[in-house]
Amino acid sequence: MACSSGACQSNNCYKQEEEEESEQNSIASILDAKRGTESNDPQQSLCIKCKANSPISCTGEDVRFCADCFRSNLYGKFRLAVSSHAMITPSDKVLVAFSGGPASRVALQFVHEMQNRAQKNFDASRDRSLPVFGVGVAVIDESAIYPIPAHEFDEAITEIKLVVSNLAPPTKELHIVPIENVYASDSVDKRNRLKELLDSVTDVTGKEDLLLHLKMLSLQKIASENGYSRLILGSCTSRIACHVISAAVKGQGYSLSANIQYVDARWDTPIVLPLRDCLSQELNLLCRVDGLKTVELLNGPSSGINHLVSSFVALLQEENPSRECTIVRTAGKLTPFHFNRIPEISDCNVPLATRRRQKRFSLQPKESISSESFCPICISPLNKSEMQTLSGFGSFQSSDTFSPSCCPSCRFQILPKDPHSMEHFISLLPQPLAAQSKHDIGGNLNLLREQIQDFLLSDSDSET
Amino acid sequence: MAEAESKQRKPGARLCCICSQRRPALKRPKTLEQICRECFYEVFEEEIHQVIVQNQLFKPGERVAIGASGGKDSTVLAYVLSELNRRHNYGVDLFLLSIDEGITGYRDDSLETVKRNEIQYGLPLKIVSYKDLYGWTMDEIVKVIGLKNNCTFCGVFRRQALDRGAAFLKVDKVATGHNADDIAETVLLNILRGDIARLSRCTSITTGEDGPIPRCKPFKYTYEKEIVMYAYFKRLDYFSTECIYSPNAYRGFAREFIKDLERIRPRAILDIIRSGENFRISTSTKMPEQGTCERCGYISSQKWCKACVLLEGLNRGLPKLGIGRSRGLNNEEKREKKQSNGISAIESKACGTLDF
Ligand SMILES: [Zn+2]
Ligand SMILES: [Zn+2]
Ligand SMILES: [Zn+2]
Ligand SMILES: [Zn+2]
Ligand SMILES: [Zn+2]
Repeated sequence: MACSSGACQSNNCYKQEEEEESEQNSIASILDAKRGTESNDPQQSLCIKCKANSPISCTGEDVRFCADCFRSNLYGKFRLAVSSHAMITPSDKVLVAFSGGPASRVALQFVHEMQNRAQKNFDASRDRSLPVFGVGVAVIDESAIYPIPAHEFDEAITEIKLVVSNLAPPTKELHIVPIENVYASDSVDKRNRLKELLDSVTDVTGKEDLLLHLKMLSLQKIASENGYSRLILGSCTSRIACHVISAAVKGQGYSLSANIQYVDARWDTPIVLPLRDCLSQELNLLCRVDGLKTVELLNGPSSGINHLVSSFVALLQEENPSRECTIVRTAGKLTPFHFNRIPEISDCNVPLATRRRQKRFSLQPKESISSESFCPICISPLNKSEMQTLSGFGSFQSSDTFSPSCCPSCRFQILPKDPHSMEHFISLLPQPLAAQSKHDIGGNLNLLREQIQDFLLSDSDSET
Repeated sequence: MAEAESKQRKPGARLCCICSQRRPALKRPKTLEQICRECFYEVFEEEIHQVIVQNQLFKPGERVAIGASGGKDSTVLAYVLSELNRRHNYGVDLFLLSIDEGITGYRDDSLETVKRNEIQYGLPLKIVSYKDLYGWTMDEIVKVIGLKNNCTFCGVFRRQALDRGAAFLKVDKVATGHNADDIAETVLLNILRGDIARLSRCTSITTGEDGPIPRCKPFKYTYEKEIVMYAYFKRLDYFSTECIYSPNAYRGFAREFIKDLERIRPRAILDIIRSGENFRISTSTKMPEQGTCERCGYISSQKWCKACVLLEGLNRGLPKLGIGRSRGLNNEEKREKKQSNGISAIESKACGTLDF
């Protein structure tokens, strides 16, 4: 049995019994706080990789790499994720979602470095055949939901602008977009409509999760309006570990594997997670070591179930520094969905090498089960047994059909309990939530079509 | 209609959400509904009955042993199963099956409780002791190996002792008192330790159908708090001291987490179980091939079963055999070691509370 996630670099992954002990991968050796096995080694004061420089000295963690080796190790994980999942190709234009926190700050930095190298190669090459991918940065302004004093907000925006403009050329376009822009541009009083929508959700966790879905939708909107081909998130191992546990706790066992993969192509603009194999401790450390400026102000507080889960995972991680990796690897063994890969590239402009690389790594659909319906709120694929009887997916304005089309988790924590408020709740939702879901069904049709393509006559082309 | 009726009353004098006749006596932990005692008994028992019927746990004429530790879960299970068997004519023969690990001050007291249950519920009781089966009591084992690895012995020996007892009683299956909290906890622990094979099976209501005697969990969806409440209101006679040999901190984290979750969202326990049932796990993740132990004939994926390896160590004066780093008898000693360590590190239930 092969490892179901490309992430696993230790080849022991199929031996379940040995997992607890076999996690001696890079993370354990970098942040090995307790098991000082080489305590009497005369070389203990040197970096364990290059054995030349002294390790990073910092309080709290016992880092055994020097700054250079630490950085190149982390960048290596990023680059491997990018190349093995075809996350960025030369013809792409990628949008980095920047929250101001360390994870997305590192994502921005690494994408920038990669672009910088590509630019150098481009400048050095004679024929200039390989274009350099474009980079943009998106910041979602949530002040409509989490109000902050105007001067603090302005300061944060200035900081963010500085971070982006200080990156060496090529210039990166910065999109700072208020969350209420998730509504169509012609809608009136977006801000209050959004507030009213969120206020109608009584469960604190539900409110937080709905806001997260809206944020993702906003990012997608920015990406498609500005012609981006990829959306890059800074989700790291620690963050994904928390997602695994909270999804389990919210009863989302079926759809769990959809949201934790390197690639999520459910959307118009596929979402990619190049920092999936990096721990938040590592990302924090890199920001400190390299003086990468972070701006925490724009992020809302965490509460309810999500808060409980992150303190639980933090506690476990403290007890065992490889716990987060184990959690993510467990979830990685669940069967992913067909959309958890970049759609097959048939474009001849893509260099052969890239196409070959794609072939070599596991981009082929595994046992991915084709799934036809998605929750219109959280876009989770729906389990047949969890679906309530649906009659005609088209009629989204009717409150009778909306609720059964949602996943049980959204039904419980987001939708109003009282059927009378349902109509109003739906009217407050941004249009794309419904449209997105419809689109996905269309996308799915295309996917099904792909499988039977050879048997279709050319006349039927007009149907799609 | 019930709502309208209660609205006419004064706000202070609320009535049971279910019958709208009696004063509520409790807030139901699973739903937070305020209900009366009679309605609580009714919904508590009816839910278990529905689980039994829907999952076809028992067939008429079957002999069923209830794993009885004297603790609240198995005491309530014995009481409720004998009630339901009578009320709904399951037509099964029920027995109590207890394990005497030989833990002074703990098991001897809890066995007294089981013996009283035998009389109270009129169910025949069989006690299987470690001393008889293995020649060692837990007290003697702890004297030799100390407190550190004793749960490895607890778990391995108890599971096998239960099968032996069940064989003696010639029962068709064993019903255990694992409740919803236990199962939710096991789901989480299997995620935390990366055990995908166990993760795929731990929410099954019936397990071990390939083993000597299948086990089933009629309390799969029953909340621990409701079991305690039921035992309290019915004044059931149970023993409530934790096993004196249970030192694991790790398990404590998950337990505590589930309690915290339940506090802010009672349905989280059921949600975790539902997640566990719906995980997309490809069927190719199998457990190791089962054979039989060359020494005692018990099912084992190794040459010798775990109990025999542990016993051999004890008898040869090498008690760490099978748990420590010493060399062992099986070719795959390393694997065996890891497995037993895994069990001891994150056993889902306190060893004294009947984890079969
Ligand atoms: Zn170095
Ligand atoms: Zn949903
Ligand atoms: Zn009542
Ligand atoms: Zn024990
Ligand atoms: Zn044996």
